[in-house]
Amino acid sequence: MSVTFLAFVMLVALVLYVVTAGADFGGGVWDFFARGPRKDAQRKLIERAIAPIWEANHVWLILIVVLLFSAFPKAFALISIGFHVPLTLVLLGIVLRGAAFVFRQYGDGDDATNRRWGRVFAVSSVMTPLFLGMVLGTLSGNTFLHHDGVPHGGFFLPWIANPLSLFVGPLTLTLFAFLAAVYLTVEADSEELKSDFRARALVSLGGVAVWLVLALACYSDRSRLATRLFASWPGVTCAAIAVVSVVGALHSLFVRAFERARGFAVALATFIVLGWGLSQYPYVVVSDSGPVTFFETAAPAATLHWMLVVLGLGAFLLFPSLYFMFRVFKSKS
Amino acid sequence: MTNTDFARSQMAMSLAFHIVFAAVGVAMPLLMVLAEWMWLRTKEPEWLLLTKRWAKGTAVFFAVGAVSGTVLSFELGLLFPGFMKVAGPLVGMPFSLEGFAFFTEAIFLGIYLYGWEKVSPRLHLAAGVVVALSGLLSASFVTLVNAWMNAPRGFRLVNGEFLDVDPIAAMRSPFALHEVLHTALASYMAAALAVAGIHAWALHRGGSSTFHTRALQVALAVALPTSLLQPVAGHLAGTVVAHHQPLKLASMEQLETTQAEAPITIGPIKIPYLMSIMAFDDPHATVTGLDAFPKEDRPNAIVRPAFLIMVGLGTLLAGHAFLTLLWWWRKKRLPTHLPSWNWCTMLMGPAGIVAMEAGWVVTEVGRQPWVIYGILRTKDSVTPMPGLVVPFVTFSLVYLVLGIVVILVLRSQVKHSLAKEAS
Repeated sequence: MSVTFLAFVMLVALVLYVVTAGADFGGGVWDFFARGPRKDAQRKLIERAIAPIWEANHVWLILIVVLLFSAFPKAFALISIGFHVPLTLVLLGIVLRGAAFVFRQYGDGDDATNRRWGRVFAVSSVMTPLFLGMVLGTLSGNTFLHHDGVPHGGFFLPWIANPLSLFVGPLTLTLFAFLAAVYLTVEADSEELKSDFRARALVSLGGVAVWLVLALACYSDRSRLATRLFASWPGVTCAAIAVVSVVGALHSLFVRAFERARGFAVALATFIVLGWGLSQYPYVVVSDSGPVTFFETAAPAATLHWMLVVLGLGAFLLFPSLYFMFRVFKSKS
Repeated sequence: MTNTDFARSQMAMSLAFHIVFAAVGVAMPLLMVLAEWMWLRTKEPEWLLLTKRWAKGTAVFFAVGAVSGTVLSFELGLLFPGFMKVAGPLVGMPFSLEGFAFFTEAIFLGIYLYGWEKVSPRLHLAAGVVVALSGLLSASFVTLVNAWMNAPRGFRLVNGEFLDVDPIAAMRSPFALHEVLHTALASYMAAALAVAGIHAWALHRGGSSTFHTRALQVALAVALPTSLLQPVAGHLAGTVVAHHQPLKLASMEQLETTQAEAPITIGPIKIPYLMSIMAFDDPHATVTGLDAFPKEDRPNAIVRPAFLIMVGLGTLLAGHAFLTLLWWWRKKRLPTHLPSWNWCTMLMGPAGIVAMEAGWVVTEVGRQPWVIYGILRTKDSVTPMPGLVVPFVTFSLVYLVLGIVVILVLRSQVKHSLAKEAS
């Protein structure tokens, strides 16, 4: 019971990471693609939108890692060994993105220096979601095989030469970009900027749809772990809501109902991640003895018990604080 | 160098980098809250200006601290998966508590830095108080993890299996109290002294006298008492280490042979009985020497110079604190008009940070060759991933560049402020 609950908490934390921090990374993607007569205004809007909240949003990832190594230490060890390379790249992206962002913001630098930091910010904002997605994609495939503690196939091939990874990586990137573009249509203060990001939202939504279909095609065909996506009612429900959300977001963007589009965008991201997680459960990673479950890698009962206590207390503090933060910075004044 | 050496170097380098930003994250919110509180009380514009300038620097340090801390939480597994596999269930509690404390810190720091116009002045100050408290809590929780690594509790080891795991007992390691105390004091000391050093420099460069004197008052109000308390906490640490890690003590003091009535030796100076007194409160107590341990179990010899640097600088800082406080108390003002005092305060800025880093070297290198003291060797917990030289070099370069840029950013902020004051 506590194993299932803790695994579910991790999944919920991942959903929250994607819909909040994911959009912050997406903002970096649009900084990279800032074009046209309003490109400086676009960058300013992105900076203003993410500056007060990105560090708090980022903590969801830390929470997921802490939960993983506290509650499922053996899974954490297997993942850390097998995904050493892509996770290191994710970390580099995280460090460079955060640092470049504040350097540009607070550096008192000249325009050329700020442009360079902007470049670093943008490139690392692309790098992190891409490799993070590749890791998540590979996790639900069946090619990630440990052999005597070392990944079968080495430290590179399992997560590179792998269709799931190659589709889920770009899916994650386009999804993050889509979320950011839709949020920015709401937060922009001029109609021109709203239109800029509306166009970006539509383009990236097309990308999301394409990568999603490609990834799903692999899921049903190649993955032992995820066949249940279409064979169980939670999986089918998630897929159905995701499809409805795509249509809803598309329609809302066309009629310029941006706040409604934001609701559909959040729903789309939420149910993609939930669908992935639910079809993954109870497996967490594939090892040389086959798929390994959350139950097999769980910490002793005493640890799980105390983790639940901490989570309960933490949630009691955290959610009111988060609510307050978003009300201060994101409510229409 | 072996793969284990590169893994250790990468971890050491990441921690050495992060710890500076973590200390700033603990101490700066307190300084800002004090300055802002003075602003609300006196309505003198200098206090508001001071708060905002400090906030600008803190924002940069906090962001770099947050991302370099994330790197550490992953690196534990990326470099030492064998460690996390067994330690996770035991140190999960303090790590999770730290996670929530850090969450609170990040949320309210955002409100503090960007909410000046969005929340009421009192709520703004309250947000700062929350940041200061959660920063201290998060540093303390994460230090509990290190305390457990040095004196592991809360389990029974049977044939390499960790049985009867008790995460609460694991948090109550005999190292918990002194490590948390010593680390918290070090954070306040190092960061507040660095701030004081910068403002002493600004005064020296002819910056606004009222403004920088006020800044010095707040920074030193935090730095000086903590500098005086730190030797006491350090002594407490020494006595616990003497009981639980005699080898670490012997390495710190470079005591070759086990002996009763052990003296303390620094170069040519030899003070009889002192080590026995310091370690066991008894001039005749026997102190274990390096010879009691096999060579392969002894930590690297760098522990000794690191210890000397820490104690030497700590003594200097305590002396500076004592004299300054005496002056402040007798003359009711800081000796800012004395160039010699200004110079000393400038030099104390980096000294606090160097002492803190040296202290970490003593604790961490002194724990080697164990990752969990007496239970698991570092080399047995390292990842099978080959070629660890690559991430080590990559992260070293990235952190080197980031370190330089942070200093440049800070310098340009200070120069900018000085230029504004001049005009």
